[in-house]
Amino acid sequence: MAQSRHAVEKEQSTKITALVVDDNRINRTIHCRLLNNLGVENEVVGNGKEAVDAHCSGKKFDLILMDMEMPIMNGIEATRKLREMGNRSMIAGVSSRSMEEDIQEFIEAGLDDYQEKPLTMSKLISLIRKIKLNG
Amino acid sequence: MDIVSQLQRQFIDYSASLHHEGFVDDQFTQLQKLQDENSPDFVVEVASLFFEDCEKLINNMARALEQQQGVDFKQVDASVHQLKGSSSSIGAVRVKNVCISFRSFCEAQNREGCLRCLQQVTHEYSLLKNKLQTLFRLEQQLLAAGGSIK
Repeated sequence: MAQSRHAVEKEQSTKITALVVDDNRINRTIHCRLLNNLGVENEVVGNGKEAVDAHCSGKKFDLILMDMEMPIMNGIEATRKLREMGNRSMIAGVSSRSMEEDIQEFIEAGLDDYQEKPLTMSKLISLIRKIKLNG
Repeated sequence: MDIVSQLQRQFIDYSASLHHEGFVDDQFTQLQKLQDENSPDFVVEVASLFFEDCEKLINNMARALEQQQGVDFKQVDASVHQLKGSSSSIGAVRVKNVCISFRSFCEAQNREGCLRCLQQVTHEYSLLKNKLQTLFRLEQQLLAAGGSIK
């Protein structure tokens, strides 16, 4: 079976990369620390537009942790835009919303997963396991 | 009991009381677990960010609610939402719970309700800040005596 270049690179390197997208600096600090502890290389941005700009600049991430409510460009719009531009990262929505109708639009924008805040080590490990399984 | 054991007991008991009295929840314990020799001040750093955020957001809410011409409840709600998010992430459960009520009053555009919540959130934040500063002091005393918090 032909493998994508990205899948081959993933096999050769176990280093996973992630982008934290959140307008709250406490969340960015905590999520960054969680990722560092798991050996995941990561960057942080403060809103959806910065996430889209990162993609446009050619940066690739295995995992994007996308907050829902952010100024300038929220997580729903950013996820939609990233998918329209062909972004194939695992995008995990992270929000404090728990009502189904609130998160439905977010999921339909193109999420691969959704985790309710606060993000914990075990939630992150389950996301990383998914990435490794999907190669 | 030697001094290190005494200080350790004090730290553990005080930490337990913060949980028992509902000031912090398991999320705070998760943050403590993220602290290690590579980032020995992680919890203090996150708490400091939280204190700064709280003060800024509480001031924003107070200013918005003072407006005599008409309160912009969306603006108040935006600050409450931020504070709810931060408090949830650090495990500050009493602050978070006030924020939940606060958001309901914002949605109802109830100025009196909002003002009461502002008073409550200011009070809870102040209590929590004192409690956490005491905890960090106990931690420093324990570490200075050669003990560890793990």
